[in-house]
Amino acid sequence: MRWWVRVAVLLGALVVWQLVSVLAANPYFPPPLRILEAAARLWPSAHFTADVLPSLARVFGGWAAASVVGVAFGVALGRSRALADYFEFVFTFLRTLPPPLLVPVFMLVFGISTEMEVVTIAFGTVWPVLLNAVDGARSVDPVLADTARVFRLSRARWIFGVVLPAAGPKIFAGLRVSLSIALILMVISEVVGATSGIGYQLGTAQGASDLPGMWAWIALISLLGYLLNRGLLAVEHRALAWSRP
Amino acid sequence: MSMLEVAGLGHAYGGVDAVSDVSFVVEPGELVCIVGPSGCGKSTLLRCIAGLLPPTRGTVSLHGDRVVGVPSDLAVVFQDYSRSLLPWRTVAGNVEFPLRDRGLSTVERRSRVEEALSWVGLSEAAGKHPFELSGGMQQRVSIARALAYRPALMLMDEPFASVDAQTRADLEDLVLTVRASAGMTVLLVTHDIDESVYLADRVLVLSQSPATVVETLKVDLSSPRDQITTRGTDTFVRLRTEIARQIRR
Repeated sequence: MRWWVRVAVLLGALVVWQLVSVLAANPYFPPPLRILEAAARLWPSAHFTADVLPSLARVFGGWAAASVVGVAFGVALGRSRALADYFEFVFTFLRTLPPPLLVPVFMLVFGISTEMEVVTIAFGTVWPVLLNAVDGARSVDPVLADTARVFRLSRARWIFGVVLPAAGPKIFAGLRVSLSIALILMVISEVVGATSGIGYQLGTAQGASDLPGMWAWIALISLLGYLLNRGLLAVEHRALAWSRP
Repeated sequence: MSMLEVAGLGHAYGGVDAVSDVSFVVEPGELVCIVGPSGCGKSTLLRCIAGLLPPTRGTVSLHGDRVVGVPSDLAVVFQDYSRSLLPWRTVAGNVEFPLRDRGLSTVERRSRVEEALSWVGLSEAAGKHPFELSGGMQQRVSIARALAYRPALMLMDEPFASVDAQTRADLEDLVLTVRASAGMTVLLVTHDIDESVYLADRVLVLSQSPATVVETLKVDLSSPRDQITTRGTDTFVRLRTEIARQIRR
């Protein structure tokens, strides 16, 4: 579809929203222009360094740590029957825990701190990466595995030169799921246990009945989610160019 | 000393014999074809020789050394070229990849890649990815990869079973010329009787499963061989008839 059609649909939706919310005059649902006003006031202010950047740092920190751990464990489990036998049950159990459930626990352990938020994000985002990496590492073609053995590849070259690239499409799928979970967990953990961040400001605005402000923060979160996903897709597009003949 | 010596080799999957009591030798510089009916255990035999599968009985020796695990101077060309190449690497990258753990300098690696690609006629395609090539060209890449590795023995497992007839003829001739220029010892497994006669210095005929060698035939056809004239000679026709009779038995 042409880009201007998409923009037109988006603008149309905004216009309808504006009209409906002005007519309804419900204070909980301010019109988009009011929200935009609030956004223009809040986003570029001191909040940017005090809240937006810390939030992003937590998302990236937690997500990056989870990605490294998830890929490392996932590849090990995917290539070793014995390891998988030991850990699969434990992991299946752990991943069914809804991550927000552990926020109170992590709050007790780490207090209201950045560690708590990063650990919450990391715990919640590690599973999609891990399970996809297991799947990807397992799906390395047996002929390719024989080829690697015939040419006596070193262990490192086998893992980094064959298994990881072969598992790449699956790993990226996991990374994308994880990134959106990271954003959700960032907000949840900041609403309940932080003194800075987008989630914290969202909670504060809600408490102060600054409803346009609250909506402005919500809009920022969805905008960030969109941009992060686009960024990751761009990286994936480059890294996996070979998989789209 | 023989390049390859297989003695009393047998392999059983869960008590059922796939290969039983196979013995033969391959001399340096020889091209030997193993021909046998489909499903007779040819691939199992080849995997045992390559060290990918430990044999249940018997021994395999490569220039006198007993094979335990994959030997360092052996290469295999698999039937499934598309699954044996790395799709994320270019043609040159694929050929170069196994050389990286062999302690060669960058210059040496590059010159081996160039040489191997020119042998198989793919110098122009060095920067392409496998998916941009036809099946026959992909199989050339995996042959080039094996050649650049400079193995003492090259094993080929039904290497031309997945390409069309014309490509197949081209690749057969390629193997003959490349083997002459590289001075390679080749052991090729096939189910195609004509192909085995056309390519080989010697043909080993395998029985139905469990595979065992029922006949060894010397192919006294002159070189270089030609797809049309060689296949029309009396010797060729006599050999293929003989092998067909052995396999039918």
